[in-house]
This record gives sequence, C-alpha cells and structure tokens, in this order.
Amino acid sequence: MSLRSPVGRVLGLGSAGDGVGHWWTLRVTSVALVLLGLWFVFSLVRMPDTSYASVTAWIAAPINAVLLSLLIGTMLYHSLLGVQEVVEDYVAGHGAKIVTKIVLQFVHFLLGALGIFSVLRIAFGSAA
Amino acid sequence: MSNPKYERPLSPFMMYRWQYTNTLSFLHRLTGCALSVGTLLFVYWLVAAASGAEAYANAQAVFAHPLIKLLLVGFSFAFFYHLLNGVRHLVWDTGRGFDKKTARTSGWIAFLGAVVLTALLWFLLVRRGEV
Repeated sequence: MSLRSPVGRVLGLGSAGDGVGHWWTLRVTSVALVLLGLWFVFSLVRMPDTSYASVTAWIAAPINAVLLSLLIGTMLYHSLLGVQEVVEDYVAGHGAKIVTKIVLQFVHFLLGALGIFSVLRIAFGSAA
Repeated sequence: MSNPKYERPLSPFMMYRWQYTNTLSFLHRLTGCALSVGTLLFVYWLVAAASGAEAYANAQAVFAHPLIKLLLVGFSFAFFYHLLNGVRHLVWDTGRGFDKKTARTSGWIAFLGAVVLTALLWFLLVRRGEV
C-alpha cells in the first residue's frame, strides 16, 4: 500500500519536496558553464591587456555583454545549488541548516545582481 | 561490529582504504567551494570596472598584490579542475566510464589537464606582461 497521495504521485517531488529538480539543474548549468567558462577564459587571453579602456570596451560589445551576463547568472546559480548541497551534508541541526541556506541564497542573488548590473551599466555607456 | 552475527553495513569512509580517486572526488567539492568564494573577486572586478577609471585602478592595485596573484593562480587551477572533473561527472551520469581502469585514467586526465591548462593560462598572461 502506498501512503502517497494521488496529487503527490503526480507531482513526483518525493519527501525532500523538490524532486530531481536540484540535481538536474546542477547538470544543465554545468553544461552551460563549460561553454561560457571556456569562452570567458579564451576572451581574457585574447584581450590586448586588462587596462580600464580595454576591459570596458570588451564588456560593452553586445555579444560580450550578453554572454557575460549569462555567465554571471549561470555561475552563481550553479554555485548556489552546489553550496546548498554542501550545507545539507555538513551543517547539523534543522534550524542552522535552513538559516545557512537562506543566507547563502541572499549572498548569491546579491552577487549576481551586482555583476549583471555592472555589465549592463558599462554596456549602456552609463559608467562614470 | 566484531560479532559477525550483528554485522551492520558501514559507511564507505569507514571501510575503504585510501585511493587517490577519493582525493580527486573530494577535490571536486573543495574546488567547487573555492570557486564559490572566487565569485566575490570576479564580481568585485566587474563592479570596479562599472564604477569608473579610479575605482578600476584601485582594483588593479588589489589584484597586483602577490598574495592575491597567488590566490588567482589557485582559483584558475580550481576552475580548470572543476571543469574537467565536472565533464567526468557528466559522463558518469550517462552510466559510462565506471570501470576501475577508465575511472583512474579519466581522473589523471582531469588532474594533469588542469595543471597543464593553469600553466598555459599563466604563461600567456605573463608573456603579455600582465603579471
């Protein structure tokens, strides 16, 4: 006899409440990061130098601004999913676990917003 | 535990002898955590660039510090290792590459590949006069 409710069976989220979503998203973001990460390192090596003028000119190019924004978002999302897993494994106590996870979530979203906003500010030419 | 009648399953870490593959496995998580910390420097660099030439010059002074440079070499190794070993994990997710010989060879490829790519990256940066 299954104790699972019919709606629970349809949703297929299991006892943890989020099913395979966490695991699967970690994989999908990792594939994206292989491409975006290598693109970034390749671009960094190909830049003439890392002076203010070269870096801002490179970021301001439309394709670079978009790919860089995607890199920042994907990177921090992947990082968040990864450290959440570590917290789940090593932080004892339900309360401490939840608090640590929420703090990490805030930090990751803050960093992502700061990074993407900075790229857009340079790309739209409104940087000082 | 001593009485075979009451033998219970043990966690893997309590019964496996050390093999370099378990260090490589641990290194994946360690480099992942390191890279999470590294995002702080990455975002700092972008915010500095968006804050104007003066702020960027300050950031350049920070990145020029020998300890930060050493940290950046570490982060670049973490990046390449986590990337290569991540691909190894993705292959495992398809159910392939699990036999002992293949798993050991791919482990060496990920580790040595990361060392080579890190050296290549910094060779190119030094040659450009970046360091």
